[in-house]
Amino acid sequence: MKLFGRNKQETTGSRESKGFRLFSLLSSSSLSDAFYTELEDLMVEGDMGVRLAVSVTEELKTRLKNEKTRDEAAARRILRDILRESLLTDSLRPDPDVLNIDLILGVNGVGKTTTIAKLAHFYAAEIGKEKIVLAAGDTFRAAAIDQLAVHGDRLGIRVVRHAPGADPGAVIYDAISSAKAKNSSLILADTAGRMHTKSHLIEELKKINKIIENKAAGCRLRKILVLDATTGQNSVSQAEIFHEAVGIDAVILTKYDSLSRGGNLFAVCRRFGLPIAFTGVGEGYEDLKPFDTEQFLDRFLGE
Amino acid sequence: MLEKISDQFSNIFRTLAGTRVITEKNITDAVEEIKIALLEADVNLRIVRRFINSTIEEAKGETVLKAVNPGQQFTKIVYDKLTDLLGDSRSKLELRGPDTVSVILMMGLQGSGKTTTAAKLAYRLTRNGRRVLLAAADLVRPAAVEQLRVMGKQAGVEVYAEDGEKDAVKVAKNALAYAKKQQFDTLIIDTAGRIHLDEVLMKEIAAVKKAVSPLEALFVADSMTGQQAVEIAKEFEEKVGMTGVVLTKFDSDARGGAAISLKTVTGKPLKFIGTGEKIENLEEFFPDRMASRILGMGDVVSLVEKAQEAIDQKEAEELEAKMAKAAFTLEDYLLQFQRVKKMGSVKNLLQMIPGAAGQIDEDKIDLDGMKKEEAMILSMTIQERRNHRIIGPSRKKRIALGSGTTVYDVNRLLNKFEKMRLMMKKVAKNKKYQENLLSQFEGRR
Repeated sequence: MKLFGRNKQETTGSRESKGFRLFSLLSSSSLSDAFYTELEDLMVEGDMGVRLAVSVTEELKTRLKNEKTRDEAAARRILRDILRESLLTDSLRPDPDVLNIDLILGVNGVGKTTTIAKLAHFYAAEIGKEKIVLAAGDTFRAAAIDQLAVHGDRLGIRVVRHAPGADPGAVIYDAISSAKAKNSSLILADTAGRMHTKSHLIEELKKINKIIENKAAGCRLRKILVLDATTGQNSVSQAEIFHEAVGIDAVILTKYDSLSRGGNLFAVCRRFGLPIAFTGVGEGYEDLKPFDTEQFLDRFLGE
Repeated sequence: MLEKISDQFSNIFRTLAGTRVITEKNITDAVEEIKIALLEADVNLRIVRRFINSTIEEAKGETVLKAVNPGQQFTKIVYDKLTDLLGDSRSKLELRGPDTVSVILMMGLQGSGKTTTAAKLAYRLTRNGRRVLLAAADLVRPAAVEQLRVMGKQAGVEVYAEDGEKDAVKVAKNALAYAKKQQFDTLIIDTAGRIHLDEVLMKEIAAVKKAVSPLEALFVADSMTGQQAVEIAKEFEEKVGMTGVVLTKFDSDARGGAAISLKTVTGKPLKFIGTGEKIENLEEFFPDRMASRILGMGDVVSLVEKAQEAIDQKEAEELEAKMAKAAFTLEDYLLQFQRVKKMGSVKNLLQMIPGAAGQIDEDKIDLDGMKKEEAMILSMTIQERRNHRIIGPSRKKRIALGSGTTVYDVNRLLNKFEKMRLMMKKVAKNKKYQENLLSQFEGRR
């Protein structure tokens, strides 16, 4: 595995121009080592991770060889194919026939509470805001309950809350009872940010999950992991531990407006088979977009 | 635990440690591995390349080729260079005396941990005898003001807030006036998280900064940040300007390569690291520890130094001989406890072991268990310590009573110790494994 063939002069210029340079290189008649190095650089700088970037490049080489082509258009198509194959998506559309419970998980500061508010806004248009309940399950962080309550007020959506420090499992349990009684169709449950390295917090999560699973018989329970686009290779470690602990159903990528290119999603999708549902792109309630694979690839490749 | 210790870097350096002369070829190979390790730690690609190019020049120099131990010499070049890069004499906070208000401004992206860090810093400075006021100028995120109030209470620090106010500049100015009037000597201003590309909010924070002229403008960054760290820091430095960086969420298992990116791009000192959710979890920044963490080698250098202080060569040899003959006694076991104590707390020690940082959960370390065991051994007679096989039921009862434990505990200790002796004998017989372990631990060979 030779990553840096030579010690090139440091390249300057913005990412965009790099993307263009990549494909102007592609258009040259032969695909040289410099081209592949350039390609690896582009992917590494998009947070894909160096090992995966190298293996994608190898795959591209193999496929080009198999198709017996060194043609620019072919390389462009094949690279995009390889990357597209890694990505899975899920619209997370609520099932209209049962009570849907979406448990929102993640490490500290990725934007769980804000994402819940945006999700509530998004689904309100589809199923009506009176059908949605927010559960203030982050009873740990100072004022997290208030934060969700403010969102609930602004959106006109009901919030089930307990006092700070209360058992998060109990909060969500109550939210389920309340939703059943009032015939709601969607619960968006907040949880405290938890570092995946703290085993007692992961154990707590398992416990919460167990309580909900018992209570949610006949409901559709989904566990959604929120990942921060500005996070580097640690996303993979986060996905691994949360997935192992409770089984993740889908991923939401926040802070995608940071211009980070979210390359860590390739590894997360590829290794754990997790689909991506939304990207968070700003501070407004409407700034949550269903994941668009082609747009994501455009930006990742600087096209 | 032991299997986790062998991280990537430890492996590389162990391989190198076996060769007496580094050829240009095996530097090249190691350099390639280092590049990958740095990238996996999220150091920005362009910065990795720049760093590596200059390291290669040094590594090709005579010092390495003629060194007694090329492997360690090479380790040292990489490590020293990183430590130099990260180190800064300006890493202490620059605050003025008690007759004036020193302003500290916090800024950063959403979710980087500004509010928590502001409260932790307030707590820390209060304990250093300063009169600290916290000001809530995050007027964007719902309940951010409330969050600071709650955390201020935890820190035992007053919080200045204006409910309903939307102008952060005004709040900051008023807070400063209030601090002066009430004779606080330190004002820490919490601000809203902002994406570096948000022009309106970037102008706002620049205006806040202009209004209060902080002595310290701290950029709070998540240590898990990826390649984009460079662009983010550049924008904050150019549009607002900072005096230092605080790296948060160090209790994750991220290697924290963002530290190198941030330092290189801004040239500003790294001042603190956030290491947990508790109010006291804010620590000074140590460039050497950071360098080893990024390299994935733990605090291997300080561990070697500390271990050398605590265990002298002769003692070690005696211990080896005892291990080989399974003549290891409870007395020796007790000695080990005391050595560990000399080296500092077990938690600290674990953090220094390569690969152990972040891998080993603090909660799982049985510190109480260690204390208990020590108490039990101390309640034994010298004879019993030297030959644990003589400990029968009545002796067990006496030991339990003397150490405030139960017979069950004593049994457990004895069983564990017996197993340990067997294991040691095995290890001691396996020369290769042992040498590996020792060369890593003592810097021998």
